[in-house]
Amino acid sequence: MSSIRSRRILAAVSGGLGFALVLTACSGGDSGGDETTAASGDCAAYESYGDLSGKTVSVYTSIVTPEDTPQIDSYKPFEECTGATIEYVGDKAFETQVLVRAKAGNPPDIAYVPQPGLLNQLVATGAAVEAPQTVVDNIDEFWGEDWKGYATVDGKVYAAPLGANVKSLVWYSPTEFADAGYEIPTTLDDLMALTEQMVADGKVPWCAGIGSGEATGWPITDWMEDFMLRLSGPDVYDQWVNHEIAFNSEAPTAALDGVGAYLKNPAFVNGGLGDVNSIAATAFQDGGLPILEGTCSLHRQASFYAANFPEGTNVSEDGDVFAFYLPGETEDVKPVLGGGEFVLAFADRPEVAAFQTYLSTDLWANNKAIASPAGGWVSANKGLEVANLVSPVDKLAATILQDPNAVFRFDGSDMMPAAIGSNAFWKQSTNWITGQSTKETVDNIEAAWPAS
Amino acid sequence: MSTVTPQLDLTPEERAALQARSAAGRAAINAKKKLTSPWASFVAVVLAFLWTVPTFGLLVTSFRPELAIKTSGWWTFFANPETTLDNYKAVLSTEGSSGLGAYFVNSFVIVIPAVIIPICLAILAAYAFAWIDFRGRNALFVAVFALQIVPIQVTLIPLLTLYVDAGLAGTFWTIWLSHSIFALPLAIFILHNFMKEIPKELIEAARMDGAGHVKILFRVLLPLMKPAIAAFGIFQFLWVWNDLLVALTFAGGGTAVAPITVGLANLSGTRDTAWHLLSAGSFVAIIVPVVVFIALQRYFVRGLLAGGLKG
Repeated sequence: MSSIRSRRILAAVSGGLGFALVLTACSGGDSGGDETTAASGDCAAYESYGDLSGKTVSVYTSIVTPEDTPQIDSYKPFEECTGATIEYVGDKAFETQVLVRAKAGNPPDIAYVPQPGLLNQLVATGAAVEAPQTVVDNIDEFWGEDWKGYATVDGKVYAAPLGANVKSLVWYSPTEFADAGYEIPTTLDDLMALTEQMVADGKVPWCAGIGSGEATGWPITDWMEDFMLRLSGPDVYDQWVNHEIAFNSEAPTAALDGVGAYLKNPAFVNGGLGDVNSIAATAFQDGGLPILEGTCSLHRQASFYAANFPEGTNVSEDGDVFAFYLPGETEDVKPVLGGGEFVLAFADRPEVAAFQTYLSTDLWANNKAIASPAGGWVSANKGLEVANLVSPVDKLAATILQDPNAVFRFDGSDMMPAAIGSNAFWKQSTNWITGQSTKETVDNIEAAWPAS
Repeated sequence: MSTVTPQLDLTPEERAALQARSAAGRAAINAKKKLTSPWASFVAVVLAFLWTVPTFGLLVTSFRPELAIKTSGWWTFFANPETTLDNYKAVLSTEGSSGLGAYFVNSFVIVIPAVIIPICLAILAAYAFAWIDFRGRNALFVAVFALQIVPIQVTLIPLLTLYVDAGLAGTFWTIWLSHSIFALPLAIFILHNFMKEIPKELIEAARMDGAGHVKILFRVLLPLMKPAIAAFGIFQFLWVWNDLLVALTFAGGGTAVAPITVGLANLSGTRDTAWHLLSAGSFVAIIVPVVVFIALQRYFVRGLLAGGLKG
């Protein structure tokens, strides 16, 4: 008993020393990327975590096959160098089960929380612990204030971001653009001009699909969030998400009308799929596929849509299909809509803090990029070397996230109350696309907002 | 056949018996006629067919290649038969985390104690309720019976808290105990009703011969109760094998303790990109219940009637 306790104290001390070393290492090394690529057999970068032999850290996440293998692989250097064991458990029922486990006093050591709202709920159970100072320092170094804000509850920082995805993307066919001499638009006006030019060329430029089982309608909520960010700016966007301005006030109405200018214009949609109404009847997975057949030119959807193109499709800048950043009002403002996970800890043992710190470093971000040969993963970590990413879409997404002008905003419907974010917003959006007026739509959503 | 002409010298008792028998015989013949009418058979066959079609489609799907599953319905298989075992290979492979192998073993480790524990306890409890007179017996029996009404969902978090306090979290014990707890009210009820049906004289005769409670239970009642025990065993087996909620709550994910249903739920991948594996996974998961059911089905039908006669 006493020997165990003394060993623990030793570990805590060495861990503490380790963090100090991490701090100096991070602040001193700007060329961190070069060191990490060579880190496979070299444990120098991990010495700071101390000896964690025999220690186990349990990780509970919603990331299951096939994305879990690269995750597990990216922990291997940490495990080999520190001697710690990472027990990775992926579970698609994560979002409900993690709450059950936290409430029952049986939380994992670390959970990857995919929504700020869930993070708040977990912190409210009292089971979560604040992020150690080393993690906070890493957040300050590698992420902007926007990301930090989502991991902060009551002024305390709880978690560093892990992965990210970018939703402000428009899929297009590079071959078509080259043949017809189209240019990638850099402002919203350019986008409208491009669309009209395509119509003049006899094309139906946009295609969309919003069918997704009981979540039917969510792609329109993303459209609207993107336009909210572009037409009214991030501050008004935050007020809208927090319901400090009414859903049927001026700004949201203008945003939805902005979406309507594209999606409810019979001349612009629905390339290769039918008329405006066919948007509601098409599964979101199939919404962008007409681009491959040449019957549609533009499709707004997140970076993860890359996985929906059939195997063998060349997804790159000069391939069959690629994406460009959905432009802002001007070239200088770059609002980015997206999502991501946060690394929340429920224990303050030194090995848990060490692993949490490791996940917040550029070292891990680059290890993860190298461990993902199939792509499909990106982080907003500014220390991530874009060259380490494999797939062109991931590179594009990372470039967008790391752009100094980028202002990141989390998917708003994920943060609204469930009665709106996963109910009224979806349903009213579906009604809207099939004919309901903008006014009636925003009025109905406002009326459904829970009173509290 | 409305009147029976007495051709022999029959006593009134015999005549009555004969009449009763012929009436019963007529009823049986009528019933047989009704049940074996071609229309009834036809309806039964149609129902059986409709019932089987989705499962059959699933079976066909499980042998089709990934692209075919994702682009066309299973019925197009007959026009364009292409078969592959890739789905089964992927589902059973131990490489990567998609394999069901470890979950399959866990399911057996879970299901066997989770069937045996409640049966053992319920036999003892049912005997006490049926054949031992003690104060408050009826009230207690009603209380046990009423426990069936409690939805298991409301017990999940309190129960998990208790397990955590007892240091059992993350072990098979949590699942064994939970399934036993949830099964006991129904098990006691069914076995009690079956035991009550056994003629009192039998037990009294055994007691006259000097048998105590233990001997009566093991020598007299147990052999008679085989069908009821088997029926409940199948019930409990199917319930535990197919359970997802209890396993998710108490075992969490991961291959350490989680059963096959959890593996199946995670099989399709984070964004459901691998949903073509689900058909093959389902068949791997149902093969054991199907074998158990077919092997024990005669008990199942007999046992289904066992609990219902006395309510």
